[in-house]
This record gives sequence, C-alpha cells and structure tokens, in this order.
Amino acid sequence: MSGTIALSAAKLSAGYGQKVVVSGIELTVRPGEVLTLIGPNGAGKSTVLKTIAAQLSPVSGTIWVNGTDLCKMKPDQAARHISALFTQQIRTDRMTCADVAGTGRYPYTGRLGILSAQDREIVTQAMALTGVSDLADRDFSCISDGQRQCVMLARAIAQQPEILILDEPATFLDISRKLMLLTLVRSLARQRNIAVIQSLHEIDLAQKFSDRVLCVSGGQAQRCGTPEEVFQSSYITDLYGITDGSYDALLGTAEAAGVKGEPEVFVIGGGGSGIPVYRQLQRQGIPFAAGVIHENDIDFPVASALAAVLVTEKAFEPVSAEAVSRAKEIIRTCKRVICCPESFGTMNQRCAELAEMVNYPAR
Amino acid sequence: MGKKRLIRRVAGFSLLAVLSAVFLVLGLVCGSGNLTVREVLAVLTGQSGDIIAIRIVWDIRLPRVLAALILGGGLSVSGYLLQSFFGNPIAGPFVLGISSGAKLAVAVAMIFSLQSGIMLRSAALVGASFAGSLVSTGLILLLSGKVRSMARLIIGGVMIGYICSALTEIAVAFADDANIVNLHNWSMGSFSGINRQDIAIMTAVTAPACALAFLMSKPISAYQLGESYARNMGVSLKPFRVALILLSSLLSACVTAFAGPVSFVGVAVPHLMRTLFGTCAPIIIIPASFIGGGTFCMACDLLARSLFSPMELSISTVTALFGAPVVVWVMLRKQSERG
Repeated sequence: MSGTIALSAAKLSAGYGQKVVVSGIELTVRPGEVLTLIGPNGAGKSTVLKTIAAQLSPVSGTIWVNGTDLCKMKPDQAARHISALFTQQIRTDRMTCADVAGTGRYPYTGRLGILSAQDREIVTQAMALTGVSDLADRDFSCISDGQRQCVMLARAIAQQPEILILDEPATFLDISRKLMLLTLVRSLARQRNIAVIQSLHEIDLAQKFSDRVLCVSGGQAQRCGTPEEVFQSSYITDLYGITDGSYDALLGTAEAAGVKGEPEVFVIGGGGSGIPVYRQLQRQGIPFAAGVIHENDIDFPVASALAAVLVTEKAFEPVSAEAVSRAKEIIRTCKRVICCPESFGTMNQRCAELAEMVNYPAR
Repeated sequence: MGKKRLIRRVAGFSLLAVLSAVFLVLGLVCGSGNLTVREVLAVLTGQSGDIIAIRIVWDIRLPRVLAALILGGGLSVSGYLLQSFFGNPIAGPFVLGISSGAKLAVAVAMIFSLQSGIMLRSAALVGASFAGSLVSTGLILLLSGKVRSMARLIIGGVMIGYICSALTEIAVAFADDANIVNLHNWSMGSFSGINRQDIAIMTAVTAPACALAFLMSKPISAYQLGESYARNMGVSLKPFRVALILLSSLLSACVTAFAGPVSFVGVAVPHLMRTLFGTCAPIIIIPASFIGGGTFCMACDLLARSLFSPMELSISTVTALFGAPVVVWVMLRKQSERG
C-alpha cells in the first residue's frame, strides 16, 4: 500500500485561463493520508484545490489520479475518483437535506438518476457519519450554515471517492463540530483508505489533524512536510506575515501584540498562574514586566509574547540571586506588583523575596 | 418519508389528469353554438350525422384545444429549462424576451414571403421562430454575463422584449393592408385558426423536445446545486448547457410560430407545479409542467373565447391575468427568504 499514490501533481501551475495564481506545486498524496494546505487569505489555496478537483484546467503541469492524467479523464469518470466540498454556498429550492446528500450518488445512478435502495442506504450512512441524520427531511435552505456544511460533507462522502477534496471544511462550525468534522475526516481517511486534500485556516487544528502540510503563499507552493517540519513559530509568522501579535507553533496559540514601553506593573508568575494576568494587562494596554520565569515554564511563551520586560531563568535550574536582583531593580520602577502563584517551591524559592515587595511598591 | 412523498406525487398527477380531462371536454363543448357532451362524443367516435357539429369539433375546436394542450405544455417545459439554466425562478421565454425575438423573426418572415407571393408553410415559420429565439437567447446570455443577478437578467429580458415588439410593430406597419389584420391577431397571441396539419407539426417538434428534456432530468438535478458541484458529479457542462438552451429555445419557438407570444405561462406553471409537488426534482416537474401547462392554457383559452363572446381576448391577456400574480408571489417569497 505504501507504494500506491492516489494523486500526484508535477510542476503544476494553477490559475484561471492563462493567468497563473499559484505555481511550483509538487504533490503526492497516498491513500489514507491527510494533506492540508495552509497559507494566508488570497494565497490561492482554493485555486489549487479547484484545479485538483478538475474544476479548473491546470495552466501548466499535470495531475495524475491513480496513474491517469486528470485532464484526459471524462467528467463522469473523474467523479468516481474525486468528490469535493467547496466554500461557495449553494441555494436550493425545495430540496430536503437527504435530497442534497443524495446527489452524491450521481455518478453511480442510471440514466434518470433514480436512487436505488442501496444508494439510499449509503446516503443514510453518510449522513449518520456527519451527524445530520435528524435533518434528513428538513429543507436544506432552512438549516444553519454549520449544519449545511455537514450535509455537504455527507454528500461528498456518499460519492464514495478515493480522493476527497475539502475547501475550508471547518468554516461556519463551532469548536465542537470543528473537532468532530476533522476527527471524522481523519478516521475516514484511515478506515476507507481515502486520500484527503483540504485547506484550513485553523492552523492550530491543521497541525494536529494532518499527516502532511503544504504551505501556499505569494503565488508559490512553499514548504511541504510533516506538521513537525512546517510548524515552526518563525516560519508561520513569515508565512502569514503576522505583524500584530505572534503565533506559538509548538502550542498552537496566537497572542496579541505585547504593549511596549516602561513597565508599570511587575507580575510574578510561574506554572501558568501568570497567563490570565498577562492577557488582562495586555487588553488594558498596560506595559508590564514579568519574572522570574523558567524557560520551560508554561507561562514563558505567553510572557515572552506580551511582557515589555521579561526576567528569565534557565530550565531546570533554581532561580538565581542575579535574576532576583534584576527583578527587584525593575520592581522599584513599577507602580504595582502582582504576585500570581499561591506558593513557591524549590526551584523558584527566591521569587518569594519578590512577593514580599507586593505590599510596598517603590513609590 | 418515502411513502408521504409517493402519496403526494400520485395525488398531484391525479389532480392534473382530472383537470386536464375536464378542460379538454369543456373546450370541445363550449363555444358559440354549444354542443352537449353526448354530441361531442358522438362526433369523436364517428357516430354523428350532424355535419355542422362534425366540422365544429374536428376542424375548429379539437385542433384549438390540442394546440393549447401541446403548446402550453411545451412552453412550461421551456420555462422550467430556462429557470434551471439561469438558476432563477422567474426566468421564462416571455419574461426573458425570447418569445418576442421569435415573434419578430416570424413577422419578418411572413411579411417578406407574403410580399413575394409565397405562402410559408408552418414548418418554415417554426424555423424562423427558432432562429429568432436563439438570437434573443444569445443576447440574454451576453447580458446576464457571469453575474447571476436576478434583477439584471429580468430587466435585460424585458428590454429585449420591448425592442423586439417595437420592431415587430414597425414591420407590421410596412406590411400590405390585407395581411395586417391577420398578422396583428397573431402577434397578440391566439390559439385560433390552427389546423390539423399544424397539430402534426407542433407534435413532431414538441414531443421529442420534451422527451429529451425529461431524459436530461439527471444532469438538471445536479445543475441545481450549482456549476461546481455539477462538474464534480460528472456533468459535462458545455454540452449540457448547449442542450438546455437549444431545447428551451426550440420549445418556445414552436409556441410562438403557431400561437404568437403567450405570456407568463413559462414562469407561472413550473412554479405552481413545484408548490403542488413540494419538490424541484426535474423528473417530477418536467412531466408535471407539461400537463399543468397544457391544462393552464386550455383553461385560459376557454376564458379568452367565452368571456366576452363573440369577441375574443388575446390568449396573453388571460394568461397574464393569472400568470403575472404568480411571478409577483415568487419574487416576494424570494425576498422574504433573503431578508
């Protein structure tokens, strides 16, 4: 199985007509694998997906589906290999959700498109998988956007594809449904050996639910690799051109930009107790200093993103006297000291000295 | 669910069958010189000796009723195809100016042929009408562009309709006096004056076109989810779209060639059928539109000739009276859906 390739693209340029939107795309997706496209708005992720889904002809290059050139496949033949979920909303007139999901059986029905009992069973199963069984008889135009997304996914699943293309499938969904949908896509890929190619704006989720990630930016396909290879904070910051804040790729959290300036408040943190206070001060626009934080403390990434001044200590080392005296100097210039931890332990014993300064700030 | 739907479909088609039978009979019975149902039956089964009754039924009323049935059906199917094509519930051959384009082409063909002393056969008129409707459809396609704006499409269609009607009036003004009355009647729309040969020709055009439309139910249903999904389901878009346009133009051209422009049937009937059957599935709505459109036109024609008898109203007057409110209803419904 490891030898088979569901879909591959070589030297592919995707775009409209002769106008190239994204070039330099090299892809291989194996059955059972989830490949996620990430990149800023307007980078051309959708264009790439539309091209792979045979909606657009490649400007140049070739897409191979199970060893056949996609451009040379007839539409009805391609439909048995590839099904898709697009971002564009559809308007229907008097169609129930089961009707809409049932259109996924199109490539398999006869001349008049009448669903057989077996087709209906497949549709019912697909709707059960995406959790929309109870909507079967409801009018498709009278349900929520999120529900519609799940019905359209059921439609794509009912098409029984080898390659499933999802353009921002998690859009419109609440966090619980986002997780449900991505988990479902993951397990579908594994159980039915479907190759999934999707685009996601939720990069924190992309990191957790993808086997491989392809970055698209500036009209070029950029890095392609495992989430571990791609998700490095500096790279993600560059990829999206983040200026107003920061993204921690290890934890998958975004922070607003820290408030610059002379610190007005000193926050004694540690063990996660500092994070809520850092964020509160940031929201209020108050520049603050934080310390003394170990470099392996959970407070560390947030503090380094938000604090104007940060006093740190090396991981696994007790807080040193030098660090404490540096912190004390900063405290003398602050109007206020906030002590977050309820108690101190062996490694940050010296921070207790700082805590004593809570009651008499310098001025 | 399956059972409920089935019952609704059976009930819907039964209702249509009964209504069409009722108006078919009424169409044969009513008119100047009322005949009884028994007399009509006697004529149809060849057991009547009343020559006047035989002439009335076979030469006048039966062709007229059949024309209303066939052309009304074809017009409704044409409207449904256009609505599917444009993804717009108030598209139709009259609203989009396609009927008017066909009317202009037929009027010009008639005037030229009459002036050169040739009597055009109805098949040639269907041809001219088809050419005219294709030109109008082409203009509409250009106007609608890639933007699927409902208002833009309809306004464009109405304008094309006005321009074509104006040109037709001008053409009629240049025609020989003797032919004006005839042309004028026809250009207002009427099912009168249709003979049995015409019936044969319109059947030969409408029946295969409607059958083909029915066979396209599957791609039409896919197309209802939009182009992207239709493509993803395996519809070859280009040939499909060409086929839709050709069929709908041919059907409305056939109607215009024989009965002149008939307004609003193409919009109103498919909508009434969607409401009656609670679905937009083409496999149901195409046959339902045919029967429903035929029935609607038979009923309207009956009113047109009997309301102010012996004076006849033009068929469009009556169809507009019943059809236009349906269009308004659809527009209001769409508005409330969005708001």
